Amino acid sequence: MSAELGHFALILAMLIAAVQATLPLIGAQRNMPTWIAIANPTAYVQFFLTTLAFGCLIHVYLISDFSVVNVVQNSHTDKPILYKIAGSWGNHEGSLLLWVFILALYGAAVAAFGRNLPPAFKARVLSVQAMIALGFYTFMLLTSNPFERVFPAPLNGQDLNPLLQDPGLAIHPPMLYLGYVGFSIAFSFAIAALIEGRVDAAWARWVRPWTLAAWIFLTGGITLGSWWAYYELGWGGWWFWDPVENASFMPWLAGTALLHSAVVVEKRDTLKGWTVLLAIIAFSMSLLGTFLVRSGVLTSVHAFATDPSRGVFILALLVTVIGGSLALFAWRGPQLKSTGLFQPISREGALLLNNLIMTTALAAVLLGTLYPLFIDVIGGAKISVGAPFFNAVFLPLMVPMIVAMAIGPFMNWKRGDILPALGRLRFTFLFALVAGAAAWSVETDGPFMGVIGIALAAWLGAGVIAEISERIHLFRAPLPESMRRLGRIPRSTWGMSFAHFGLALAIAGMAGAGGWKVESIQTMKPGETVNVGGYEYTFEGAQEGQGPNYTILFGKFTVRKDGEVFTVLEAEKRNYPVTRMPTTEAAIHTTLMGDLYAVIGDAEGDEGAYVTRIYYNPLVVWMWIGCIVMMFGGTLSMTDRRHRVGVPHKRQHSSASSDPVSSTS
Amino acid sequence: MNKRLFFIAPLLVFLVLAGYFAIGLTKDPRKLQNMLTGQPVPEFTLVGLQGRDDTGFKSADLIGDVTLVNVFGSWCVACRVEHPFLMTLKQKNLVPIHAIDWREEDKSAGPLWLKKHGDPYTLAGDDPKSKAAISFGVTGAPETFLVDKKGIVRFKHIGPINQQLWQTTLMPLIALLRKESSS
Repeated sequence: MSAELGHFALILAMLIAAVQATLPLIGAQRNMPTWIAIANPTAYVQFFLTTLAFGCLIHVYLISDFSVVNVVQNSHTDKPILYKIAGSWGNHEGSLLLWVFILALYGAAVAAFGRNLPPAFKARVLSVQAMIALGFYTFMLLTSNPFERVFPAPLNGQDLNPLLQDPGLAIHPPMLYLGYVGFSIAFSFAIAALIEGRVDAAWARWVRPWTLAAWIFLTGGITLGSWWAYYELGWGGWWFWDPVENASFMPWLAGTALLHSAVVVEKRDTLKGWTVLLAIIAFSMSLLGTFLVRSGVLTSVHAFATDPSRGVFILALLVTVIGGSLALFAWRGPQLKSTGLFQPISREGALLLNNLIMTTALAAVLLGTLYPLFIDVIGGAKISVGAPFFNAVFLPLMVPMIVAMAIGPFMNWKRGDILPALGRLRFTFLFALVAGAAAWSVETDGPFMGVIGIALAAWLGAGVIAEISERIHLFRAPLPESMRRLGRIPRSTWGMSFAHFGLALAIAGMAGAGGWKVESIQTMKPGETVNVGGYEYTFEGAQEGQGPNYTILFGKFTVRKDGEVFTVLEAEKRNYPVTRMPTTEAAIHTTLMGDLYAVIGDAEGDEGAYVTRIYYNPLVVWMWIGCIVMMFGGTLSMTDRRHRVGVPHKRQHSSASSDPVSSTS
Repeated sequence: MNKRLFFIAPLLVFLVLAGYFAIGLTKDPRKLQNMLTGQPVPEFTLVGLQGRDDTGFKSADLIGDVTLVNVFGSWCVACRVEHPFLMTLKQKNLVPIHAIDWREEDKSAGPLWLKKHGDPYTLAGDDPKSKAAISFGVTGAPETFLVDKKGIVRFKHIGPINQQLWQTTLMPLIALLRKESSS
């Protein structure tokens, strides 16, 4: 029953999307208020219908309805309830339903919260949203219906890939998709602006909170995925430059660039064409991410759907959406007139530098990810480009960017002066030198990039603090005066500072874990001890246990430091009988200085000996903290006063020009 | 910069990309694993490992016999898992195995590891800077390439090779390739 209800809801949602994609847009073009007014209700109804469809899918999973193909392929009666729910989006069809559900959620959010948008503009935005949705509904209903029945129904299901049965990964896809799909709003705003032929400060201010929301979720999604890889794959690594990881990283790079260039549009009325292009690119990268993962055009360890007929459809969708929007950009873009002029050495110049580096990095990641495809098409062998390529290209690009990141905020708009800015950063520079030297002295022939990374992290972190001190005239003005200034710093500025500071923390973590990781692999009998990174690990033996739908092997380690018991680590190896796949659950003890990380492998011989892998991963926790601080910065910036002014109660039809312009710089 | 060009360039770049995607879709993605299309091994010359007799390992060494090229590193856990099986192959003298010792931070790390766990390799080259690994398209260690008498890659396997893969795929393939003439 639920399956049919869900199926009908999807068909209805598609029809509603067809109405929403056309009538409001025609209404906006011909200035017909009644047609414009269709935009809001259709967005709400579409959201209601996809919610219903999504709810139905979760329901068939919860009741383990094995007459639905999707449930058979991805579920099992013994599976814990959380993974029954998560299983509904842990597969191709379900993840697409999640995708359109989130798309409709954003559409309804624009309808509900975009009350300060001019009605015609909003109608165009919602129409563009519905066009994207229409493409996805058609795709699902024609090639990937999650509600397809099977007859006769099997007695039980084939279970979900055990690697995906993990709390981190259960919430990873919704988080990531909230990011991916969030860029659809920036995209729709860009298309609507191109149709109107106008991009101004108000446009930049409207688009900002939505882009920020997408960016925050995407940052969270990438972090969760990385964290999952860190503790679940059991290799002690957190980033593998896998095509699927790249697929989520590319929209992040484009979105980050977009956030920075939109500031220039808002404050200085320039870089308009560029900003619109970035909005298109950010969403295109999200679509490309979906394409890369789903079509099988590239293979990767965790691509879970490869079916060329779907690939053809996705390609058609990509060409229509991306090709169409870029064609519109080529046609209408030249009409966007920029007025603000600036010198290369200025705040605009610094933001543009950020943009250039971000897009170059994006191009490099894109090239590396697609390289196997290019080679394949021109007749070479199928190959894929590994981490060495990405590290060789990506890391050198990041160095000048981090250096510039500390300097940029000291620059004035229009025309800055580099020497005074550098003068104010002299203590920051000293601090970075000291931090680099300290990192170097830990291990004198230590890793070069590790030392550079620590120095850059110190430079950026201290640079952020120096910038705030400068802003509040710390030590130059009396303390109460400085405190007053501190209180007057707008949230968007705090947002920038926190985001930059978070990145500094994350870089420190990456440099530490990348540079000074200690690992030791050995066969251990019970009672044997190894020393890893200054800690003594005694293997206490392994014993078996039983989880809800798996068997467990526990390996226990007592860790001592200087003879005292420091902690007890219990590493797990799980075996899922239905899929006959093992997973590892690393035992991790986190300290500020580094993670103690132990994994138990296979039994060797019959004296209770096991292969064990023990790692010391320095500073890893800083990476997670840094990412959370970055998300917090994004949230602060999103709640800035200028995004809220003129919004709800008093005026119903406020126009762009009447918004008070806040003064933040 | 021509202003018009700035607005048109993104579209052109995308159309080229889309063309590649369209052709790419017609190809079988699983060929990444199977690579039976027969491309010659990329050109490479690597210095030998410390303490081994060989003078190095280069692409020309792969001509004349059916061989396995195994990418490993002393830092690589899965290689440790794979290692006993390579030793078995060596003891039974089933096929020459050559090694690319990949991304060692220290010159002595690879040789030490081989001393500790046994050395199954005929020739071995040191590749700390991924020179050969990048041109081979190595995604991670271990990876193994089956090369025929003409020096053409006929099969690639990502991850540890084991008894099962040997019996179902490698052994029959090697027997087949040995029957081919080397010219």
